Amino acid sequence: MNKKHIYFLAAFLTVLSIGLFAYKAEVLGFPVRPQQQTEIWNIEAAVRFRPGPAAVKATLRIPSLTPGFSLLDENFISRGFGVTTSSSPAGREAQWSAREASGTQTMYYRAIVYRDPMRLAEDTTPPFPTPPELDEPSRVALEALIAEARRQSADVASFTIQLLRRINQGDQDPYVRVFLKHGESQADRAQLATIFLAGAQIPARVAHGVFLRSAPGAVQPESILEVHDGVQWLYFNPRTLQQGLPPDFFIWWRGEYPIAEVDGGHDLDVTLAVQGNLMPAMVVAERRAEAAGSHAVDFSLFALPIATQAVYSVLLMIPVGALVIVVLRNFVGVKTFGTFMPVLIALAFRETRLVWGIMLFAIIVSLGLLIRFYLEKLRLLLVPRLTCVLTVVVLLMVAVSVLSQKLGLQPGLSLALFPIVIIAMTIERMSIVWEERGASEAIQEGVGSLIVAALAYVVMGINWLEHLVFVFPELLLLVIVATLLAGRYTGYRLLELHRFKGVLPEVPR
Amino acid sequence: MRLSFGRARQLADEGVLGLNKRNGDYILRFNARSRYPLVDDKLRTKQLALAANLAVPPLYGVIRTHHDIRLLPEIVRDHPQFVLKPAHGSGGDGIVVIAGRSGSRYRTISGALLDAGELAHYLSNAINGQFSLGGIQDVVIVEYMVKFSPVFESLSYQGVPDVRIIVFRGYPIMAMVRLPTRISGGKANLHQGAVGAGIDLSSGRTLDGVLGTEVITHHPDTTNPIAGVQVPAWDTILDIAARCYELTGLGYIGVDIVLDRDRGPLILELNARPGLAIQIANRQGLLRRLQICEQRADFDAPAAERVAFARREFAHPVRGAA
Repeated sequence: MNKKHIYFLAAFLTVLSIGLFAYKAEVLGFPVRPQQQTEIWNIEAAVRFRPGPAAVKATLRIPSLTPGFSLLDENFISRGFGVTTSSSPAGREAQWSAREASGTQTMYYRAIVYRDPMRLAEDTTPPFPTPPELDEPSRVALEALIAEARRQSADVASFTIQLLRRINQGDQDPYVRVFLKHGESQADRAQLATIFLAGAQIPARVAHGVFLRSAPGAVQPESILEVHDGVQWLYFNPRTLQQGLPPDFFIWWRGEYPIAEVDGGHDLDVTLAVQGNLMPAMVVAERRAEAAGSHAVDFSLFALPIATQAVYSVLLMIPVGALVIVVLRNFVGVKTFGTFMPVLIALAFRETRLVWGIMLFAIIVSLGLLIRFYLEKLRLLLVPRLTCVLTVVVLLMVAVSVLSQKLGLQPGLSLALFPIVIIAMTIERMSIVWEERGASEAIQEGVGSLIVAALAYVVMGINWLEHLVFVFPELLLLVIVATLLAGRYTGYRLLELHRFKGVLPEVPR
Repeated sequence: MRLSFGRARQLADEGVLGLNKRNGDYILRFNARSRYPLVDDKLRTKQLALAANLAVPPLYGVIRTHHDIRLLPEIVRDHPQFVLKPAHGSGGDGIVVIAGRSGSRYRTISGALLDAGELAHYLSNAINGQFSLGGIQDVVIVEYMVKFSPVFESLSYQGVPDVRIIVFRGYPIMAMVRLPTRISGGKANLHQGAVGAGIDLSSGRTLDGVLGTEVITHHPDTTNPIAGVQVPAWDTILDIAARCYELTGLGYIGVDIVLDRDRGPLILELNARPGLAIQIANRQGLLRRLQICEQRADFDAPAAERVAFARREFAHPVRGAA
């Protein structure tokens, strides 16, 4: 294989891996950091009324177009009522209905919303409004008002602000006073503004919503004026005249309708509540992907049972550990027993913690070696001897566990993953190297293996890395890329620089 | 990709071959996997060499199964001295040299006495694969014990010194002689503390030696100077080494040849992953010579021409490649 081929493959895999990663992280919002939390809000509307004697139908407007926020989940709770949702000019509506009911009824609408900057007011450009039908004095007043406000403004935004200012000073303003018959609530001012704006052929509507701030008890809905300037919707607070949508304002419904209506009942009362909360980012991302119809979650590890997920979160780190071995063997030149034995030892360290793991490993291997040397004297055949060493290793581990329990040392207990067979093979290999090549070589390789295992353990223990590989398994393609490139590294290993120094002329040139 | 430390630069200038480069650019390229068994199995190597009329230590017998172990006395009845060698042993692992008998017991070259039971245990371990890579089932070769030529007597502590030649696509490119020491337990293995001494490919004369990574001028046990010893039958040795290429088809091998007092140079074994310590023994890089070959050699030339090329081009010291 020529190098170009490898570089091409490496580049392809890198792009693929980073691309998938970026898509999941940026678009679907998969968390890049462990324990990442997303801020969410539980919003609730409680609709209470007393039903009449006949069939009863309650209508609640529910959020549909919510710039800046997305719905994660919603549900409807009621007793004995059928529920349907439908679209209406005001947005979406939920309708609870029942043939008969008695006593005060309470229906709940609950939703979870999260901040979603990608979400804009995506509805289409509205048609020009029809001019309001007014009696003669009102029409004259309106025309004068519009003419005056137009004179004092430059565009739709400043025109709207002019109008709102005049509405706010309603008592002093001769034209506005003609219209002022309502109270002082924001909704009414905004409503009035839409009439004026309609007179000026500017589409406008009133949006009602709540501020997403954790507040105990009920929150009051507030209104905001939406004005279309021909390109986009502009937002105005009718009282403060502030332009722009406040970042924590959640639009619930629109129009002059009330939030809820009841047909065949009375004493309607609606309370809204908002509760801020944090949710694991992964859960939010999952639901979000589901809602977006993406299969990224269906085919992610999160689709597996929890127990299987736990196993995979460990398994997925093995390639990372193996990469550490590649670096230490091919770039540094450390000798180890067996190629991947240190990774398995490192896995075992996860259970025991590092220091205790190294001690345990050293103790078991040294005791095992002693027994192996004794067995050598008995001249056992190879496979029975290996089995014997294996059994001894198991017994040693039992002994160490029981002993450490009795002595009140905790870590000895969690040995489940300690690779017994690997240790037995290590003992066998080490004893042969010991006999054939001498103790120093055997100990050197043993210590080398332990150092590599410790390093692999440290790298595999990086929480953030574990999280990344689990949530974005495609990142393992980068490990493949690294091995492709490392596999073509033909330069010297670090320890060779020392080993071959004798080849160099004694006096440096 | 290349790390460019100062030392790495110097080593590269000296044409030193590193393990990664040996594996990636030579072994993987020129040694076909399918041909490995030819050299990994010493019995097959021996049979191939015999077929090609290359001298090897005569074969007395083969112990293939546990059942065969009892045949050993029969096999060696006429041979008081013999060598037991696991066919798949690596790096001299598991070789037992019996230098004589003492009553019913066998005396090893280092003087230890083994009774029949101990020897049988050893054979059974070897058959079960204790000395083979990966622990596969093995067979044990019973063969002639080399009576080593007196040339290196002054430079050896027990054991049999052997000559290692690196052969690149039929061209001998570097050679050394491995001299056993007391530390190495009479084994000609540099890992175990044997002295490696480079050989001038052109003349067949030894250069200074190396112990571990240290350059030495005198043998640590016999205290004789290492350099300047003429290896006998150098022509034959080079010829054998060169012809091992045709034998195996492997492009990068180490040929181990031993000098027998009576029989001359004998092929001991071939190695498809020869070590790099030979560079230290010669104080010369292999890469430079490999590159000279790759630039100038005709790889279809007959063995005699290849040897002539090697003797001409690789007279010590070889200066930088073009």
